[in-house]
Amino acid sequence: MDVASVLLGGFAAGMVLFIVSVGLSVTLGLMGFVNLAHGGFAMLGGYAIALSMREWGLPFPAALALGFASVAALSVVLERLLYARLYRASELDQVLFTIGLAFVMIASVTLAVGPETQTLVLPEWLRGQADLGFIKYRSYSVAVIVAGVVLALALWLGFERTRYGARIRAAVDNRRMAESLGVDVQRLFTVTFAIGSGLAAVGGGIGAEILGLDPQYPLRYLAYFLIVVAVGGLGRVTGVFFSALLIGVLDFVLKIYFPKGGAMFIYALTLALLLWRPQGLFGKRTA
Amino acid sequence: MRAPLLETRGLCKSFGALEVARDIDFRLERGARHALIGPNGAGKTTLVNLLTGALQPSRGSVLLEGDDLAGLAQAKRVKRGLARTFQINQLFRGLTVLENVCIAVAERLGVGGSMLRPAGKRADVIGEASRLLEMLRLQGDAGRRVAELPYGRQRLVELAIALGLKPRVLLLDEPAAGIPSAESHILLDAIAALPADIAVLIIEHDMDLVFRFARRITVMVSGAVFAEGSPAEIAANREVRAVYLGSALDA
Amino acid sequence: MRAVLELAGRHRLRAWEALPWAAALAAFFVFPNHLAFGTQLLITVLFALSLDLVLGYAGIVTLGHAAFFGAGAYTVGMLAQHLGWNEPLSSLAAAALVAGAIGLASGLVLLRTHGLTLLMLTLCTMALLEEAANMGARYTGGFDGMPGLGFQPLLGIFPFDVLFFRSQYLYALAVLFACFVVVRVLVYSPFGQSLTGIRENLLRMHAVGAPVRARLVLAYAISAALAGVAGGLFTQANAFVNLAVLGLDRAAGVLIILILGGYGRLYGAFVGALAYLLLEHALAKAYPTAWQLGLGLALMAVALYARNGILGIAASLHRRLGGRRAA
Repeated sequence: MDVASVLLGGFAAGMVLFIVSVGLSVTLGLMGFVNLAHGGFAMLGGYAIALSMREWGLPFPAALALGFASVAALSVVLERLLYARLYRASELDQVLFTIGLAFVMIASVTLAVGPETQTLVLPEWLRGQADLGFIKYRSYSVAVIVAGVVLALALWLGFERTRYGARIRAAVDNRRMAESLGVDVQRLFTVTFAIGSGLAAVGGGIGAEILGLDPQYPLRYLAYFLIVVAVGGLGRVTGVFFSALLIGVLDFVLKIYFPKGGAMFIYALTLALLLWRPQGLFGKRTA
Repeated sequence: MRAPLLETRGLCKSFGALEVARDIDFRLERGARHALIGPNGAGKTTLVNLLTGALQPSRGSVLLEGDDLAGLAQAKRVKRGLARTFQINQLFRGLTVLENVCIAVAERLGVGGSMLRPAGKRADVIGEASRLLEMLRLQGDAGRRVAELPYGRQRLVELAIALGLKPRVLLLDEPAAGIPSAESHILLDAIAALPADIAVLIIEHDMDLVFRFARRITVMVSGAVFAEGSPAEIAANREVRAVYLGSALDA
Repeated sequence: MRAVLELAGRHRLRAWEALPWAAALAAFFVFPNHLAFGTQLLITVLFALSLDLVLGYAGIVTLGHAAFFGAGAYTVGMLAQHLGWNEPLSSLAAAALVAGAIGLASGLVLLRTHGLTLLMLTLCTMALLEEAANMGARYTGGFDGMPGLGFQPLLGIFPFDVLFFRSQYLYALAVLFACFVVVRVLVYSPFGQSLTGIRENLLRMHAVGAPVRARLVLAYAISAALAGVAGGLFTQANAFVNLAVLGLDRAAGVLIILILGGYGRLYGAFVGALAYLLLEHALAKAYPTAWQLGLGLALMAVALYARNGILGIAASLHRRLGGRRAA
């Protein structure tokens, strides 16, 4: 394969990683909550999107909206009823609770839908090849890249330019200070958690063609989502974007050229990086 | 002339653009009863953190008996006789009061890492810890978990742990903070009864306590030493009264 | 002072502590047809016990403890396969050494970090070893592992039988007992007390002059060596080793076992492993999805309501009853 198509493939994978992981990064930065069930929201969203298209014939954009809304709503319920009790709990309790939740999600989906892999029934305009001038490439991957970039820009603007974003940034940097300035961090978190979970759902849906979609998804990609967040730095939209791109491209390239040792290289790199900069490539060192 | 027990020279610390310690020259003599006062945010706790090695200075040095402590980790400074209490209790909340003190005593005696003999058979450690608890009238609570104690009693445990380290320099960060005044006399008596050879530096807002206890007072304002002298000199210092004491004494 | 007497007598053996060992010996005679299961149970107890030292006592939250189990398992497997080193006791010692060395080396670099970073690093270390075992097929057998390993009879007398597990069971029981004695001595020593101190309040532990990192690294290395022994036993008892010994599944599994049993209390590993493996044995094969669902719900419930697991619930019941008696 030539360089351009390898890069495009890696970019597409990176965009999916970004869309799924960005919510995890922000919620971790905001509350320090280790949510190992985050991939579960992506999976549930993926199922909602794939099934609503196949069973009800919903058009792709409508299915994405449905996936976002339903998973966001579910996450608000879970957050208010269950997560909220564990904000002050130890890391261990948070880890256990969210691993348990991931198991419940996996088992529920297996019971309700079955263990087999789901595929997206893509609309006509996303099948086939797109002519980019310098190269012909899968339309779907090109669309994923465009969607990812647009979303990243929108999130970045929302983060940097709106009052809501400013509040999140303030709370990530110094929660106590933000609270003393009258920011309701609890509510901020609920809303951010919902948006982040909704985005993960969208990522699960549009990533189905790239990462696959089956009940084991939440645990299979857990390490990848965590790596993206840890490398990007907590609570940083831009950090997660670049680290997702980096990991996506690296993983794609390594799987082509070193099909056996690719993952090992990424783990080793993450290990080295976190030892060098525990706060991630783009994170700020907290005192 | 002998070097002072503890001394700082040109000590500076900044976080980014924020200077929390500015060029502090400070001396603590042997057996001192020294109070450190100043408005909130004056940098008193920061100075304690710099002395114990919890923070590294941006510039300047800390000397113990003339030896520069630069680069010496917190644990090593404790071994050289520098102990502290915290403004907000830092205790082993799930353990009993006796165990809390035993951990400190065991570390001082250098047996904290020993693996073979059970901790319960260390009669030397347990004996010393229980003597300390008796001295602070905590023996009745020795078997209770710290988390179950009222806050005032927890403050005494905080002091007991520091004393378990047999310090030569004891840094007390607002020891009476959060204690109902009816209970504070036990703590004050304990502080008054500290062995004379321990040099004590106390950060305190209660001016009654400061003037009763201290033989020397340093006033800090915005990260720098503002004034220093005997209690009488400080009480008579118009500027100090203006920036700090006035309001506190009138209150 | 009563507290002094209590502390001075805390490490003494209680009568009930003989119970699990008596039960394990009795099981040998009562369930001669279930000794394979029994052997897995004993190995799991040892693995969970090793985790208890770092998680329950020192408070290090790790998602990668299977790295050390796997290191031990592969050490024994590779020694037998390639060097013909198949004397059980010495190869078990080698497993402990290799796993302990990996624990020491990784602990030295990892334990400088906290929180999510530490969690990630333990996960990455394990994933790295897993990938290495997968890739180094010439040495490790890759994905298929090393089946059909042969070991010398134990002490030259008792042969390992992959059908009846009689020798394996008693061997695992003896090794578990020896390791348990080590852990028990450790947790009641001043060293163990200082690990608890680190878990309870890191800041204060620094302020009493304890060499915190050295203690943590040492505990981590000892725990790794014990996990390596458990892994080595696994390979010897089953006469095979494959990638399943060092994945996230095993690491999460042992964490769950310890939490369900109750961490930081020595016998939690026994109770948790017994409950988990019995339920898994009964449910997992027939209803794997229901098993996972139940496990997930149980974990959520433990995290929300019963932070000290089965033994914690038992202890608080006991305390409530005892409290009434005292009052």
